[in-house]
Parts: sequence; structure tokens; C-alpha cells
Amino acid sequence: MLESLQTGLYGLTSGISYLFTSGGPNVIMLLIAAILLYLGVKKDVEPLLLVPIGFGCFLVNIPLSDLMEPGGLLKILYDMGISNEVFPLLIFVGIGAMIDFGSLLENPKMLLFGAAGQFGIFFTLMLALALGFPQLEAVSIAVIGACDGPTSIYVASQYAPQLLAPISVAAYSYMALVPIIQPPIMRVLTTPKERVIKMAPIKRSVSAQTKLLFPIVVTLVTGLLAPKGLPLMGTIMLGNFMRESGVVARLTKASENEIANIVTLFLGLAIGGTMEGHAFLKPQTLAIFGMGFVAICMDTVAGVVFGKIVCALTGGKVNPLIGAAGISAFPMAARVVQAQGQLYDKKNHLLMHAAGVNTGGQIGSVVAAAVMLSVLKGMGLI
Amino acid sequence: MDNAKWTFGLTMMIVGMGGTFLTLWILGLVMDALKNVFPLAAKTPSPEKK
Repeated sequence: MLESLQTGLYGLTSGISYLFTSGGPNVIMLLIAAILLYLGVKKDVEPLLLVPIGFGCFLVNIPLSDLMEPGGLLKILYDMGISNEVFPLLIFVGIGAMIDFGSLLENPKMLLFGAAGQFGIFFTLMLALALGFPQLEAVSIAVIGACDGPTSIYVASQYAPQLLAPISVAAYSYMALVPIIQPPIMRVLTTPKERVIKMAPIKRSVSAQTKLLFPIVVTLVTGLLAPKGLPLMGTIMLGNFMRESGVVARLTKASENEIANIVTLFLGLAIGGTMEGHAFLKPQTLAIFGMGFVAICMDTVAGVVFGKIVCALTGGKVNPLIGAAGISAFPMAARVVQAQGQLYDKKNHLLMHAAGVNTGGQIGSVVAAAVMLSVLKGMGLI
Repeated sequence: MDNAKWTFGLTMMIVGMGGTFLTLWILGLVMDALKNVFPLAAKTPSPEKK
């Protein structure tokens, strides 16, 4: 009887005793979970993601909860949509359904800004290799520079699942920090004269047929050039095709609302579930956060420098600030450009141009990841 | 960084960045072509009321 009581009591106290014996990393992660929840709830930093990620992190670090063991809730969610990359792709359908590529189609040359804005990916790849990360891990870390959460998760879950948690948290955190990271770089790299350049207003010139055919053409061209990235581009363009066709309004609305919301919840919880203290708290996590920061900075540097080159080539018709919008953080980066432009001239409206560059950055980030995967495939590494 | 990693990094940098620029440049050309094939119909002036 006494023995039975003792074992029963042990069951009740084992979690607490674990916390005080070998639960140090869990305690730290519980604090990190609290910070993530605080940032999401009080500071409005990507709340749709940081709240489920923070809560998943909170759940998995309560000792002996077994939520990430086979059969555990978070493990089921992880297997359901992260390990097989379904969740990020479903989110892409929603993103495609939300984005209007009209401003990009008005001036397709803006796509080149979207290419320049991916430089951070390749710079960070070199950095990660120099720091000793293996090739596929380095590629997965570098994709943080795409400034695109779903793409980062898609690549990391395939080629570096052990780094998924820090990569995805870094990707989403830095996306949210774009309004803080970009302006100082934009100011340092441009002259006061360049910042006040006014760009010609955009004339409406895109027909409904062009907007409808755009997703099909983009899917075909990128699929032929970089087939390994077809799931990424295919899903984003599926969402956009549904939007532009106008005949499947229910599916479009479901993609951008219900499906995107449910998947975001599951995705966030499952990512939070990978943040178990003993696995997460490693020096390489800190290194990944550092490299993610470098990646976003280098994206901005390359975008603005490219803007300066285009400005010089066009005889001062392009404001170099719009180059900073060539990343995937949509529409945040475009708003940053507009705010910076108006800081120096209240009558300078760069938003439409920046929105075109920003949607170009959205496509550019997916293309860059697709190209990388196809090059890896060509090299026989995947 | 050892030689193999250096080669890998440079290859990714040149082919990856170059491939991204090339793909997006081609996409830009195709989008321009699409706009030319399917131009926005000019608004016909509404007939004046008599």
C-alpha cells in the first residue's frame, strides 16, 4: 500500500523534480516562450505566428509532457504538415490569393530589384560555410535571407530539419523587424538628393487577361528553369490564379482566410514544439540568429545599391530607396520605403513603385530558393 | 574553409545569383510580351446625350 502511494506521489512530483535536476534548458525556454508571447501580444510583432510558436514552445518545455514524442499532439502536427512540407505550401496558396501583382505588371522591370534583394541569401551561404556548417545546413540557413517564412520552413524541413526551429523563428522575427533594420541602412547608402527623387506616376496599363495569364506563365517559366522549386511557385501562383479568375471566390476566400488561419495555427504550434530546451539551446542557434540578421542587412544593401545603379543609368528617374523593397516581407518593406521617402519630402509618394518592387521580391525570393534547389540537384547534393 | 566548400559556395553564389537574375529577367520579358499581346482596351468615350 505504502509503495503504491509512493509511486503515485512520484507521478505527481516527477515533473517538478525534473525541472530542478536537469530542467535548466527548459526553464530558459519557458522564459523565451514568455518573451515570444509578450512580443506577439503586447508589441504586435507577427502575433499570428509568435503566439502559436510561443505557446508551442511553452507546452513542449513543461517537463515530461511528451507532446513531441510519437503520438503527442505537437508531434502529430509536425508529421502532418512540417516534415512533409505541406503547411508552408498551403500558406503559399493563401499568400497567392491575397497578393495583387498588378503594380508589378505595370512595370515588369521592377522584377530585377526582386533579384538584387536576394543577395543576402548567397552572401549568408558563404558566411555559414565559413563558420563550418555543412553544405545543406548552410543553404537552409541562407534562405532566411529570402525574408520569407514559408520558403525558409520548406527548405529547412527538407534539408536541415534539426535546425528548423531556430531558422523559422529567426526568419519570422527578422521579417517583423524589417521596419527597424532597413531605415538606417537606407539612410547610410543614399544621399539627401537621391532620397527626394520623385518617380513618374504609374499609368494603369494591365488588362484582365494579362493578370489572369500571369500566374500560369510564371509557373511555366520558373518550373522549366528551376523545377525543384515548382511546389513553392506552383502553390503561390495557384492562389493568384484563383484570385484573378474570379470564378472560385469561395476557394479564394477559404485559401486566404480559413485555410491560411488553420494552417498558421498548426504550423506555429508545431514549430514551437521543436523548441525543446535541450535541442534548441546550442551555440549554433545563436550563430543562426546572427547570420539571419546579416542576411536581411545584405538584402537591403544590395537592393539599395542596385537602386543607385538604376538611378544612374536612367539619369535620376528612379529613387534608389525603392531597392530596399526587393525582399519578400510584403507589404512591410514597401511601407518602409514610402515612410522613408516622405521623411525627406512629404509630397513624395513612392508606395506604388515600392509595392511593385516588393511583389517582385516575393517572386524573387521563391525563384532564388527554387534556383538554389535546382543547382543543388544538378550538383547531385539532393 | 576547405577547398570543396569554397568551390561549392562560389558555384552557388555565381550560378544561384546569376540564375535568379536570369530567371527574373526572362519573366520580365514574358510579362512585357503578355502586356503587348493583351493590351488594356482603351476606354471609348461615352456618347454625348442629345
